[in-house]
Amino acid sequence: MSAHGDSKDGYDFAHPIPVPMLLAVFFALVILTVVTVAQASFDIGSLDILVVMIIATVKAGLVMAFFMHMAYDKPFNVIIFLSSFAFVALFLIFTMSDSNLTSPDFIPAEGDSIADVQAEFGTPTAVAAE
Amino acid sequence: MSTIEAAAENAHDAHGHDHDHPSFLAHHFDTPEQQFDSGKLGIWLFLVTEILFFSGMFCAYAILRMLRPDVFEGCSQFLNTKLGAINTGVLLFSSLTMAWAVRCSQVKQDKGLVAMLAATLSCAMIFLGVKAIEYSHKWEIGLLPAGLFSFDPANPHPETHANYLYYICLPFAAVLAGTLIWLGVSLIRRDKFQIQCAMPLTVAAACFFVGIGLGMILEGGDSGHESETVAEQTVDATDVATLAIATDSKVLERLASDSANSGAQSELTARRQQLDVAGSAIMQKGDEIAGAIVDVEQNVMTPKKAGVFFSIYYCMTGVHAIHILVGIGFLVWLLVRAVRRDFNPQYFGPVDYVGLYWHLVDLIWIYLFPLLYLIR
Repeated sequence: MSAHGDSKDGYDFAHPIPVPMLLAVFFALVILTVVTVAQASFDIGSLDILVVMIIATVKAGLVMAFFMHMAYDKPFNVIIFLSSFAFVALFLIFTMSDSNLTSPDFIPAEGDSIADVQAEFGTPTAVAAE
Repeated sequence: MSTIEAAAENAHDAHGHDHDHPSFLAHHFDTPEQQFDSGKLGIWLFLVTEILFFSGMFCAYAILRMLRPDVFEGCSQFLNTKLGAINTGVLLFSSLTMAWAVRCSQVKQDKGLVAMLAATLSCAMIFLGVKAIEYSHKWEIGLLPAGLFSFDPANPHPETHANYLYYICLPFAAVLAGTLIWLGVSLIRRDKFQIQCAMPLTVAAACFFVGIGLGMILEGGDSGHESETVAEQTVDATDVATLAIATDSKVLERLASDSANSGAQSELTARRQQLDVAGSAIMQKGDEIAGAIVDVEQNVMTPKKAGVFFSIYYCMTGVHAIHILVGIGFLVWLLVRAVRRDFNPQYFGPVDYVGLYWHLVDLIWIYLFPLLYLIR
């Protein structure tokens, strides 16, 4: 890996990441964590999960690129690792769409309270009106 | 180059070969770089299997949450966000020190490497300490996986028979005692190498109890009890009414499902009306409670539903904690080797590989934290 420009003898393939960069990545990660915690106190409805996942993915990207040296690693290693996420995506998409189509609810619904009864049979006033 | 220079020192090598190579270079590799790259490819492949392994649990999580978002939303309130956030910070810091340790090994800073590995180990122990507080607190109030779930919102602080925190602490206390004895013995014997190993390990073992203390302070704060009081107020109001009717209304429902059984049907309708009246009458007392939370709590805090959430919670965080434990094992191994000054700019592979594993554990926590603790 002579492309690094680190041609000093004995440092042939080692690519030490400068300390300031490590610290910068760490503080970026901490700030993003604070942002994630902060956003949880706002009610943004169904966007919630999306925002949370985007922030988490940015954090994951930072960890992978710098802490895991991926930005300086061999492209083959990067392809192997990132391809696992493609397979995870396939796995999740197919399983979720399948379960969405076939099983309405995995969690048994017996022994529930008022709200469930109302959801199933309507409110008592509605029942009485029938 | 320096490989050959280093080889001279290792002339006493026990290999029967006639070729020279430094002790760190396995004889089936031509160069240190080739050795490093092979190891790196191997560890990346291992990390792929780890990702796929965890994806099974994330998939289970996704399906259950997709089907019952309310269950996840309600139960997530029982997780202490403060503890989760602190643990995230601790783990991120340990990732920083691990990455720094890799750098130290690459530039041959032996003391820095030992210090960074010790810091990483300490953070890992703090993480486990905080986790121990979280787990033991939940076990004591019965927030357990499906099947064992016994949380009773009307009585959120039952008299527990076992002090779970004590049992979790026992093995860690034994480890701390072990490292202390080791340190003492090596101090008496003035074995410099063993002192250098035992000292950071003792600090790391003690850090578990720092984590316990940190967790206790944060758990004692208001955030931890906020969710409990909400649940208490909520369910106190409706629980009595629900319980009274729940038992035999199930039987009635079954009877009423037969359309010919009009008697049972009207009986059921009457009971529902009664339940509604009773419920709403009591609810007025607790008017200050936000309506949305009341609904959620009513819905989800039944053993079967909440148990499913806590099954997922314990499964994911538990497997993650096991990974932390395994990582601790590897870090101890690295620490001893670092004290032995095994690593140099041509042989830092083990540090790098363990580092990659450690970052992956961090990566998984980065997703676990918002997915479990921060469901609005």
